[in-house]
Amino acid sequence: MKFTLSWLKDHLDTDASLDEIVEKLTAIGLEVEAVDDKSVFKPFVIARVLTAEQHPDADRLRVLSVDTGDGKPVQVVCGAPNARAGLVGAFAAPGTYVPGIDVTLSVGKIRGVESHGMMCSERELQISDAHTGIIDLPEDAPVGTPFAAYAGLDDPVIEIGLTPDRADCAGVSGIARDLAAAGLGTLKTPEVRPAGGEGACPVKVTIEDADLCPGFALRMVRGVKNGPSPAWMQQRLLAIGLRPISALVDITNYVTMDRGRPLHVFDAAKVAGNLVVRRAKEGETVLALDEREYELTAEMCVIADDNGVESIAGIMGGEHSGCDENTTDVLIESALWDPMNIARTGRDLGIITDARYRFERGVDPEFMIDGMELATAMVLDFCGGTPTEPEVVGYKPHEPKVITFPFAEVNRLVGIEVPAEEQIDIFKRLGFGVSGSGIEIDVTVPSWRLLDVEGKADLVEEVMRIHGENNIEPQPLPSHGAVNAKILTTLQIRTRLAKRALAVRGMMESVSWSFIPAAHAELFGGGGKALKLANPIAADMSDMRPSLLPGLLAAAQRNADQGVGDVALFEVAATYEGDTPEAQRRVAGGLRRGTAALSGGGRHWAGNGDPVGVFDAKADALAALEACGAPIANLQIERGAPDWYHPGRSGVIKLGPKVVLGHFGEFHPKVLEALDVTGALCGFEVFIDAIPEPKRKATRTKPKLELSPFQMLRRDYAFVVDKDVAAQTLLRAISGADKKLITNVSVFDIFEGASLGEGKKSVALEVSIQPTDRTLTDEDLEALSAKIVANVEKAGGVLRG
Amino acid sequence: MEELAALERKLMDDIATAADEATIEAVRVGAIGKKGSVSERLKTLGKMTPEERQVMGPAINGLRDRVTQAITARKIELRDAAIEARLATETVDVTLPVRPAPAETGRIHPITQVTDELTAIFADMGFSIAEGPDIETDYYNFTALNFPDGHPAREMHDTFFFEPGEDGTRKLLRTHTSPVQIRTMENQKPPIRIVIPGKTYRCDSDATHSPMFHQVEGLVIDRQANVANLKWVLQEFCKAFFEVEHLNMRFRPSFFPFTEPSFEVDIQCDRSKPGEVRFGEGDDWMEILGCGMVHPNVLRSGGLDPDEYQGFAWGMGIDRIAMLKYGMPDLRDFFSADARWLSHYGFRPLDMPTLFGGLSS
Repeated sequence: MKFTLSWLKDHLDTDASLDEIVEKLTAIGLEVEAVDDKSVFKPFVIARVLTAEQHPDADRLRVLSVDTGDGKPVQVVCGAPNARAGLVGAFAAPGTYVPGIDVTLSVGKIRGVESHGMMCSERELQISDAHTGIIDLPEDAPVGTPFAAYAGLDDPVIEIGLTPDRADCAGVSGIARDLAAAGLGTLKTPEVRPAGGEGACPVKVTIEDADLCPGFALRMVRGVKNGPSPAWMQQRLLAIGLRPISALVDITNYVTMDRGRPLHVFDAAKVAGNLVVRRAKEGETVLALDEREYELTAEMCVIADDNGVESIAGIMGGEHSGCDENTTDVLIESALWDPMNIARTGRDLGIITDARYRFERGVDPEFMIDGMELATAMVLDFCGGTPTEPEVVGYKPHEPKVITFPFAEVNRLVGIEVPAEEQIDIFKRLGFGVSGSGIEIDVTVPSWRLLDVEGKADLVEEVMRIHGENNIEPQPLPSHGAVNAKILTTLQIRTRLAKRALAVRGMMESVSWSFIPAAHAELFGGGGKALKLANPIAADMSDMRPSLLPGLLAAAQRNADQGVGDVALFEVAATYEGDTPEAQRRVAGGLRRGTAALSGGGRHWAGNGDPVGVFDAKADALAALEACGAPIANLQIERGAPDWYHPGRSGVIKLGPKVVLGHFGEFHPKVLEALDVTGALCGFEVFIDAIPEPKRKATRTKPKLELSPFQMLRRDYAFVVDKDVAAQTLLRAISGADKKLITNVSVFDIFEGASLGEGKKSVALEVSIQPTDRTLTDEDLEALSAKIVANVEKAGGVLRG
Repeated sequence: MEELAALERKLMDDIATAADEATIEAVRVGAIGKKGSVSERLKTLGKMTPEERQVMGPAINGLRDRVTQAITARKIELRDAAIEARLATETVDVTLPVRPAPAETGRIHPITQVTDELTAIFADMGFSIAEGPDIETDYYNFTALNFPDGHPAREMHDTFFFEPGEDGTRKLLRTHTSPVQIRTMENQKPPIRIVIPGKTYRCDSDATHSPMFHQVEGLVIDRQANVANLKWVLQEFCKAFFEVEHLNMRFRPSFFPFTEPSFEVDIQCDRSKPGEVRFGEGDDWMEILGCGMVHPNVLRSGGLDPDEYQGFAWGMGIDRIAMLKYGMPDLRDFFSADARWLSHYGFRPLDMPTLFGGLSS
């Protein structure tokens, strides 16, 4: 919402400076977004051309002698065709910044002749696009005085960002009312007087749907002459960015801005028969004033005559019945519209107008008739003519809205004491009615705040913003009176730990889009209908991600394209299996590309990094699970990872037969190809929301440490097994030989060779044996070895001779 | 005696010229070994007369002691030289670079770090952390938060919708973290003190807007919790978060459907140096958050009587305050996973924000 300072002062008697007004506007909730104090125009003065001689070296240039008011004529070289002796125009001295050409003037030579300034065109001053010649003012314009003051260009423009609730301030008068209430002057908005009228309005109005149109006022003014509106009105409209069109149209725009009351004018000669306010017929079309054709639906409200739709109600008039310079009889419309319907229609048609803006926020119903009267008075003033009596249909004065308000409510919600008298005074200054006495009063909401003010809390806001929120002293929130307990949930703690654990492993945390291309989602088990956005911001951000991996893979490739081929990324965030809260999973995922292994990648004098592979991903996955408190010793690793992984180089991490805690591996080449991703890559995802909740412990005491006094022994074994026998099988078989004595089994070598036979491999293991109650004898050890070998044999292994 | 002196000269010479441990050992055996030249002379003492012994005893014993000492000294010399020589051969170029530790190269994203900073501060004020789903219903995102159907405020949210389901309703991506207010009130009786960090979505994209962004929301519900308390919480938060001792704030009345009264809050800052913002000084204002008293209709949606319970809420962009504090110029970079950006703007994994150790290092 834009307005000028002089416009505001039509409504507000105040001595406050521009700065004070701007500060107060922001303080009472009318946030000032921009102020143009017009200082750019200050250096331009009115000057008279004394003589205009032909430039010696240029046909199209003239050398002017210009009187700028100080008695010392200056020489100016000018190319304007209208530059002539006697012309009075706008002069810019050297050093002046000329906005239209974005240049600060200096003394210069033009074709050998010195020029000490510039006579400006309207475009050079950014007043209009006119550039056919320099500004040509009336003979009597006062030479030497500021041009801006003479031309009415020195009126500061203020722009406020209006919140959706403050429809009452969508007019200058409403802003003045708020400022006056806040103590910045006296409201002096002129009363609207009925224009009277002769005879009934010949055009009648029928409202078919009273819900969409709670009131409609219409009046004809006959015998008008629709020329330009007065200069002061044009200047104000221009200042706030509206193009003057004609007196009749400008009046509607002016009243819209001045009072927040949108109006419409029809050329009566083009209206056939009476007007009817009705729902549009499905598919009905109208050519609107913006010269575009709109197709309407039965949800939309229109004003129609015998010819069809003449106006999209409350949003934009129709081209057909619009007023122009030939209009002699005008119909002035002032109506009320259902805000929700206006909002929906405007949104569906994609039309943004000043009328829609106001009607969808709610206009003052009590000003419907006044708005028409105010416009009528202006029409009579600017265009002449004879008004008819108004035709008012469907209008009923609004039901007064009364709120019972305890004065203590201000202190309850805000924490400040505002005396009852001050509260009453604030209400009255804002136009609220106040009755009753004691600890609570009845407050009547003014007609211009009906949609905004609903209850006590709204009244508290009125008192507080006018009283001044800077008068509220901060008060500490009471302490709970105890040391804070743990405040994070298990899942929040796991999320934090997983992130730090993966970052410590040299990975960088990525935050990538929750929505990914449909094709990517489909490759990773997603792409279902329920998770497709109806209005994605871009075609490749259409589907909620079923996995973190597609986003990470795309990111790795982008990094590689930037020359960072060795990159390790992770993300701990949501994936979506469905559209319910339960179907939103919490996943830790990561990947490594190139040689970005835990031990460091790239080429190095001490040994180059190998390309990353399935075991890098496995280690990351287990590290994330371990950080989250998963029972690592009880996890099983199996084949059968989802099909975006390499089938032979991937695994599933399970807890028991049913709970899947994650997957890891290298990727399927077809998937990488479909994602247009290359390079050595491995990745994992673990479902940190699937880890069982830790048991509540009764004590924080750790179990007692039992250290054996007997030396630990290590024995090595090598077994030959079929190639597809899993190492885990051997580890289990050996551990099972004596769960007490065998404390660890590790694989230290894998060997495959012709000597072992086709399809065989040798697995070398180190077994740690920890006696607890006595030193083991040779017999004890032999018995244990025999048991180990027997167990492995059962699992298909033979001790390598 | 002459002979002894000659022997001593020879032995001392041999000791001094012995070049390695083997040679000196040979000298030792030859001199004071079982059959060494000095040992042999010692054996002659037994056959001497007491008078002779009185002279020769100290002479020969003295010789033995001096030779033994010299050998020991020479041995130490030679060992030291041998160690030195070995060490010299073991010398490496210590300027060769070592691999950086993974804990040094890993990075925590600024959003995570700032969320941890927020958590540390609000935990100190007695708040818990609440979360909710990204995919929401119209009810939780709008209706329960006092956005009437068709209200212009809904349009300001540029909502992402899903296709309507079988029942005709359409889910949406939450446009703010406020739905969690309702979900919390439904499940927890007051007093409530929560902060809600999380992802939010709006159909909007430029240098300061992203279709996905992060918000943190705060909610206090109690029998007494007013604007003055709200001011205190936000003031303390901003001081702690921006790590300054004083910070002027400006509360401007504003409008949000779910709060009444509502405010936008500006903080004092100095933006005179390009690319740098200093808080707590200067005469510029920067909008940082929106807040207000929870609207009575929102309390009702949460099953609470607005005449019995009251409270306040606020919301701000995590990405935005991260940008303000740490100076990232463009929001879109947050979601690009560019390793160079992460390396520069990210945080080391062991830099964990705490109040006792400082939020940032």
